[in-house]
Amino acid sequence: MAHKPKIALYWCSSCGGCEESVVDLAEDILAVAEAAEIVFWPVALDAKYDDVARLDDGAITATLINGAIRLDEHVSMARLLRKKSRLLFAHGSCAHLGGVVGLGNFFTNEEILNRVYCDVPTVNNPDRVLPRPETRQGTTVLKLTGLHDMVRSLHQVVDVDYTIPGCPPPPALVKEAVMMVLEDRLPPKGSIVADTRALCYTCPRKETRPEMLEVPSFKRVYEIEWDPEQCFLNQGVVCMGPVTRGGCMAQCIQANMPCRGCFGPVDNVRDQGAKSASLLASLMESTDEEQLKKIVETIPDPGGLFYRYSLASSIMKGRVRRRP
Amino acid sequence: MTNDFEPIIVGFLCNWCSYEGADAAGRARQCYPSNLRVIRVMCSGRVDPQFVFQAFKQGADGVLILGCHPGDCHYKDGNRQALKRYTLIKSMLDAFGIEQDRLRLDWISAAEQEKFVQVVSEMTERVRQLGPLMPRANPLKKLDSNRSTRIENDMRFLQRKHKKISTKARKIESTK
Repeated sequence: MAHKPKIALYWCSSCGGCEESVVDLAEDILAVAEAAEIVFWPVALDAKYDDVARLDDGAITATLINGAIRLDEHVSMARLLRKKSRLLFAHGSCAHLGGVVGLGNFFTNEEILNRVYCDVPTVNNPDRVLPRPETRQGTTVLKLTGLHDMVRSLHQVVDVDYTIPGCPPPPALVKEAVMMVLEDRLPPKGSIVADTRALCYTCPRKETRPEMLEVPSFKRVYEIEWDPEQCFLNQGVVCMGPVTRGGCMAQCIQANMPCRGCFGPVDNVRDQGAKSASLLASLMESTDEEQLKKIVETIPDPGGLFYRYSLASSIMKGRVRRRP
Repeated sequence: MTNDFEPIIVGFLCNWCSYEGADAAGRARQCYPSNLRVIRVMCSGRVDPQFVFQAFKQGADGVLILGCHPGDCHYKDGNRQALKRYTLIKSMLDAFGIEQDRLRLDWISAAEQEKFVQVVSEMTERVRQLGPLMPRANPLKKLDSNRSTRIENDMRFLQRKHKKISTKARKIESTK
């Protein structure tokens, strides 16, 4: 029993979908539990932070961290788990790229807090009470962990060995990553446990893509009834397949939905959003400036759409700040 | 308003028309603001949206893309591709809090030295009014020098190449 490899799972700023991807291993999770000891998994097991701190450095064989980094607590846990683990996996889009929570970088903390705690129609907060790092009540001082002024991916905070992309990652990839550790067949450090090429290579609809794609206007999925056999881009529906890493078994496409880009950029691409812009620009069927503007207007929120998963790890990382 | 502020404008100039136009302005001893940092590209269609964002990230207050007039492109329709990208990039700038006027695309032929001077002056003045830009920093960043990015390499490559060509040209010039 003593030599069983130890595995830990932790979540930072995430929705819980990545935990779900582990639970979705179904019976396979028993095989994992058989071969390895899960020492820390706040969602499913009762273990305290101190239990982790008491472990020797490098005692955990592999740790999977999902979620983006936006609180002091996330940073300290990421650093602690890094110290205690031989291998660290960024698990899911948020840890990999910043994910959907990374879109918070388009706003200031003030805007986000006011929106969430005061201005949402279902919130009743007439005194505009916001969470603060420190609250005094009589003699007691209540403390909350600090909120960072930007969302970061795991890579931007600690050294990451491998990445399991996806929002959430398909259970098959999670299983592959865990088996890779258990069977000791590790790829080079920094590898992403997925394809190296774009999704289009494995897309079941790739045969229907015409030689020359030209789009007179972009359509959102509720605006048309699209052909379930045809290439999405050919029908004017924005599909991120050409600029997104494959390896997801084209699950969304098979469910008749276009790719949203959760697997992040392919190798050699730094900024998935900018590349998406480049892709869609090249498809626009016009060379007249006014006409092009009209086509661009059919994309209501280009920044949010192109950077849906990758804003925090993009070149700009978010909204610019004004110098004081 | 910060009037003593000197903006940095990064200009991507196409090799065949706009760079020649800039050269012509120089040869004719025309004055234009020294705020422009020129990067020569083979075609305005080479300007990837990543270049534009990288320029803003690395401290540019404005980005200028200059290419041949539509129909005059050395590669047939590279500048039309540039126009498409430019229109789309422009629509993304709002989300980043970057004013649309910080990015400008214009057509400058090899003979249009006056227009070059005028466009650069206008752009500099406009960006001077808008003030400096400050992209998000990442002070927590620790590692990741080995993930040195392809786009930075691309830009470095272009700058190196540019330097090489200019030195060579100067050498040829001096031996004449």
